[in-house]
Parts: sequence; C-alpha cells; structure tokens
Amino acid sequence: MAIRSVASRRTLAGLKETSSRVLGLRGIQTFTLPDLPYDYSALEPAISGEIMQIHHQKHHQTYVTNYNNALEQLDQAVNNGDASTVVKLHSAIKFNGGGHVNHSIFWKNLAPVNQGGGEPPKGALGGAIDTHFGSLEGLVKKMSAEGAALQGSGWVWLGLDKELKKLVVDTTANQDPLVTKGGSLVPLVGIDVWEHAYYLQYKNVRPDYLKNVWKVINWNYASEVYEKEC
Amino acid sequence: MAASAAVTANYVLKPPPYPLDALEPHMSKQTLEFHWGKHHRAYVDNLKKQVLGSELEGKPLEHIIQNSYNNGDLLPPFNNAAQAWNHEFFWESMKPGGGGKPSGELLALLERDFTSYEKFYDEFNAAAATQFGAGWAWLAYADNKLKVVKTPNAVNPLVLGSFPLLTIDVWEHAYYLDFQNRRPDYIKTFMNNLVSWEAVSSRLEAAKAASA
Repeated sequence: MAIRSVASRRTLAGLKETSSRVLGLRGIQTFTLPDLPYDYSALEPAISGEIMQIHHQKHHQTYVTNYNNALEQLDQAVNNGDASTVVKLHSAIKFNGGGHVNHSIFWKNLAPVNQGGGEPPKGALGGAIDTHFGSLEGLVKKMSAEGAALQGSGWVWLGLDKELKKLVVDTTANQDPLVTKGGSLVPLVGIDVWEHAYYLQYKNVRPDYLKNVWKVINWNYASEVYEKEC
Repeated sequence: MAASAAVTANYVLKPPPYPLDALEPHMSKQTLEFHWGKHHRAYVDNLKKQVLGSELEGKPLEHIIQNSYNNGDLLPPFNNAAQAWNHEFFWESMKPGGGGKPSGELLALLERDFTSYEKFYDEFNAAAATQFGAGWAWLAYADNKLKVVKTPNAVNPLVLGSFPLLTIDVWEHAYYLDFQNRRPDYIKTFMNNLVSWEAVSSRLEAAKAASA
C-alpha cells in the first residue's frame, strides 16, 4: 500500500507554531504536534520523505492525541480523588508523553544538508566529544553500535550529565525519555531506532539507517543545548 | 514444560507451511520475504553462532529459552532463541483462507472462558493493539482455562508457565510494509483472514495431554 504523493509542505495547513494550548475551564495544558522546520523530503536520501511524513503526521500525532487524552483523564481522576485511576494512567502518560517529548527533540536533531545537517560539531561540544570519546568518529561508532544492538523498540542518546559535567551515551526502551536513566541527564542527540523510523526505506537493515542518519544530524542544535546547560 | 512438539533442537529455519505469496492480499509476499527470509533467518543464524561452543549447544530450543529467561533477568541467548521459536509458531498460526470464527470444541471453550467469540475477539484485539513497542499477543492455555496474554519483545507464554495456542506478532516489522502505522487494521485482517484454527485446536490437544 504505497504512499503515492508526499506532501511537499511540512505541515497540514493552518497548524500554528505554539506547541501547547489551554483547554477549557480547567486550565490543563494540552499539546499540539510541533511543525517541522524543513520539508518532509528535505532529509533525502538519508531519510525518505515517505518516512518523514508518516513518522510526523501519524506516529507523533498519535502520541500527542493519546497524551492529551491521558492528561484529561488524569485531571478528572485527580479532581475526583480517584487514586487508583491516577496510578493506572501512569503507563499511558509515560508512553505517549514520552513519545511526544522524544519526537519533539528528534525533529530538531535533524536538519537538511543545506541547513547544516551532518556538519560536525565545533566549539565547546566538539571539544567535549573529543575529550570523552576520542573523536566524533568514536562517538558515532559507539552510538551506532548501541543503537543496532538495542532489542525491540527504543532510542539511542548522546546526553549531558549536568551534575558530573560529562557526556554519556545511553539507550532507553520504548518511549522512555533519557531522564528516566538519570535525573541529571539532558538529551543532546537522540536517534529513534523504533522500526517505524526506518523500515520503509532500510527494511531489516537497521545498521544502514544508523550509518546514514549521521549525514542529517543537526549538531548546531545539540551545541546550543550543550552550551546552555554548561 | 514442553508445550510444542513442532520446534526442533536443530535451530532450523523452517519455511512457513505455505508459499510466501499464499497469504496475499492480507499479508504480502514482500512482508514474508523480509519477515521470514531476513528477520526470522537472522534469529536462527545468530542463535547458532551464540550457543556454539557453550553448554547450551545442541540443547532443545525450549530449554535454551527457559534457561536464558532466567526469571526475567534475561541472559544473552534469550532474544534469539525465543524469537526463533515465536516466529515458527507465528507462521504456523496462520493459513491461506484462514480467520473468522472457529467451530466445535474450540468455539465451545472460547465461549466458556470469554462468554462469546466476540468477547474473545475484542480482548485479543485489545491486547495486540495495546502491547506498547515490540511484542506479541497470545491465546494461551493454563489451569484448564483459555486466556489472552500480551508480552513485550521476545517474551512468550512458555516462560510464564502457560501453553501458547495462537500468536500475532506486533513488532512493527510484522506489519509496516503492508499497513504502516495502522496496527489495528493489521490485527483485524489477521483475525478475519489469517488465523489457522486447525493449528490452535491441535496445540490445545497437545496442551491438554501434557497437563493430564
């Protein structure tokens, strides 16, 4: 069942930039799908436009929708003093909220080549990578290996441990955000290794996806986050 | 506990009991070529490499699965061993022209343990749809009862103490080429068009015999 045409515009018409809105009288803040700062096909050939469109418009949108539903149910349960429902909602919030958090970072972690995608990190982050991993190649090799070895669904991360002031590579399962591996961890670069992130293009060959995704990694964004935290 | 006579100790990549295009249009030939020809094959090949020279070499597959499950603290061979078993079980859970409602004793048992086939259908559907991330949904048999179970990644009912009777693979690779993100459509198609109730019945007989 092929996708015949890939939309050239990155968003559905009318979506605004704000990523949150206030719901009704209760004042709980719910979320909307963030815009991509580039067209769906702009990351080709590393990641196909078909994948980008489905990944953004279907997968990420579903996380947002389900997260909002879970938050509304949570709000009701809290107001009703319904402790067991509050606890029962935890996994839906973790899955879907985590999915929204992780994908929002991921879109910023990527950039077309003509917007700096793939350009090695300079400045403070570049130096820190050389210090901790020997070289950018060393970091890439480590992250690609860990991403390839991850069983099931999850993410591979480059993170900053704010407290220890060092860079770390780690993986998380499913849609667990990096902070679930350590409260002081700040995500700099996350690579989605759920099969939906690469299957239509790379099929079972996840290592090929991991080889190519580095060509569109936006080190500028990672540097900004790093410098802000340091 | 031995639950299936079908899977051998030789870690063989057994072909599905039908040609790779036989499940079309419900599951494409392309999907079978990748899912069986690449994913399943890799689990078998990697398992062979992994146990070579170890004390697990030559042991029955189910022994490796139980041993490496290690009460949930998974040892390295678990993923390949369990996935090799799960996929062979999956191909045999389907047949061309399958799906729909079973009859006879199996229908009676589903009605006994789920109130109706429709309730079973809904429960199986829900389990498959809500297994977050990679995993499987199962119809299983334990303590003389049928039940629906969902498991993450490579886990299967063998290690949870029950007899698997039917499974659907809900790893994204199982449906992405045919259905992309639309897992619910894939599950419905499986239930309506692919399930081999004959396989389920014979597994149930084996399970009852093993429990007697």
